[in-house]
Amino acid sequence: MASCSVEDVLTKAERDEAEKLKGITVNKELDLEFDPGNLLAFDKNRIDTREFKDNKREDFLRSLARDNTQLLINEVWKLPTERVEEIIVAKLPDPTTSLPREKPAPKPKPPTKWEQFAKLKGIQKKKKTNLVWDEVHKEWRRRWGYKRAKDDTKEWLIEVPENADPSEDQFAKRNKAKKERVAKNEYNRLKNIARAQKIKVPGMGLAPTPRQSKAELAQAVNVAKISTASVGKFQDNLPKEKTPKNTGKKRKFQPLIGDFSSEKQKQLDLLKVMDSKKPRLDITKAVNKQMREEDRDSAQKSKKGFGKKGRRGNMSGKGKGKAGGKGKAKKGKGQKPHMKQGKR
Amino acid sequence: ASGRDRVSKAKTRRSKRFLQSRQPKLTEDQKSSMIIRGGNTSQTVSQALKDVYALKKPNAVLYKRKNMVRPFDDSTALEFFSKKSDCSLFLFGSHNKKRPNNLIFGRMFDFHVLDMFELGIERFVSLRDVKTDTCPEGTKPLLVFAGELFETDREHQRLRSLLTDFFCGPRVSAVRLAGLEHVLHFTALEGKIYMRSYKVLLKKSGCRTPRIQLQDMGPSFDFVMRRNHMASDDLYKTAHRQPRGVKPKKKKNISHDAFGTRLGRLHMQNSRSPQENKSAYVSLRTEKQN
Repeated sequence: MASCSVEDVLTKAERDEAEKLKGITVNKELDLEFDPGNLLAFDKNRIDTREFKDNKREDFLRSLARDNTQLLINEVWKLPTERVEEIIVAKLPDPTTSLPREKPAPKPKPPTKWEQFAKLKGIQKKKKTNLVWDEVHKEWRRRWGYKRAKDDTKEWLIEVPENADPSEDQFAKRNKAKKERVAKNEYNRLKNIARAQKIKVPGMGLAPTPRQSKAELAQAVNVAKISTASVGKFQDNLPKEKTPKNTGKKRKFQPLIGDFSSEKQKQLDLLKVMDSKKPRLDITKAVNKQMREEDRDSAQKSKKGFGKKGRRGNMSGKGKGKAGGKGKAKKGKGQKPHMKQGKR
Repeated sequence: ASGRDRVSKAKTRRSKRFLQSRQPKLTEDQKSSMIIRGGNTSQTVSQALKDVYALKKPNAVLYKRKNMVRPFDDSTALEFFSKKSDCSLFLFGSHNKKRPNNLIFGRMFDFHVLDMFELGIERFVSLRDVKTDTCPEGTKPLLVFAGELFETDREHQRLRSLLTDFFCGPRVSAVRLAGLEHVLHFTALEGKIYMRSYKVLLKKSGCRTPRIQLQDMGPSFDFVMRRNHMASDDLYKTAHRQPRGVKPKKKKNISHDAFGTRLGRLHMQNSRSPQENKSAYVSLRTEKQN
């Protein structure tokens, strides 16, 4: 047809396109901000308060929502799609709105003692097979655990080695060795954890309580004093500090083969005391005991609280255990007073 | 690994897996929310809490009993619940004479309260009252925020971030096109927030992209902004800090052109410096002078 020109065809094509897109075009003053990764859209346009009257509010909100959703859907339909098991799926990009995390990022853990050593020596981890061939039972069994391949505990016969004591219980010895290995492993594991969290592990006998009693501090001072190369021999005392006598040893035993005459004399004296019918009475001890009892009674009657404080200094050996117990009890009470509210 | 740090080891593999799922991770899973009732709740508040629980079903915990907690005075109880149930989002509903039909939306970072927004319900239409079919639970909703207040006002900005966090579903890499059924629309106007929830109907249009029609679905709220507690800027920044392994490392000097060819860049050192021929140049000059 001669009357059809190129312009006419083009304009007709444009009109057809516009017709098609009429259904989905929305006119807005400002473009929306989209975050397809989160399926999120934000409309910055001003809302006309006149149209927001009570009776027409729901309709206005619905039409506003419809327009915004249409624009968001248009955005989502622009994303690349693929077919996953006969379902058309749009691949979402990464979300652009940054939302706060739930927990802080995990920190890299410091290596354990073994890991440090392995790294130093260049030892690689070797992957071991799960099952091992058991000759005795002629089958594949697991390497460790229930019904394992070489189970030490199931043996009914243990040969006594040549250099061992014949009356020693080999089974008990094996059990004890196992317990020691388990305890050592646990100890090392806890030490690794303490090193990782940088908690100071106390040396033997010194508990890390926040409030230490006088006795505990004195013990700590003593332990520190003898922790030198000469075991504290050349450590000077502080002014007014007394060197503690009888540190540690509570009983002194005579050597087995020592002074025979004195030992004989001791034995004979003992027999004499056992033979005699009179009771032995240490007058000074008895008098002291009586005085102490009287003091305690009078103290309890007059001032109830102060008497207990005075007792604290006397608890030298047992003080640590009791003070620790007191500390623990306080902690337990003060920790969660609002536990009672926590009901579902 | 969680096993390395605990003084008391997990005794079964199941408990070990449970503990590991609660450890901080590089890329986190979807946040769960806990929905708590306060000392006194009205019918509106109880129904509202149940509706929000229905919206957030698989990743939400609804606490059935009442808890005498005042979040704005003392948030330790909420933090304790959050630690126990491993939930970082919470919704607390209460009702009293001074603040009727009160809902507090909040989120936590590291089991401490990050942001809290108190919204009063002025009008509420529940899921039950709207008699249309709903979409299956767990569908990722489309979120739309309307109103310039969400951009200009700082408190509204924070509230928008909180509501996005609360209602956006799991993070997915792809979405089924026919499955976009639910849209939540928030409008901010004059200190009030209007939340509407619609079911999306995809109708035929002339082209590939469908025409949208919306159908009212529950629940719908008219909120009024009351108190809030926003996190300080540096705490907010710390909460957003992403660990190193999350972003993929960009390879430098590699680019792709329009045809999809992979191009690279090589950096060469200058093989000849102009100084090398200096003597020859000088001699020429002297010759010329002569």
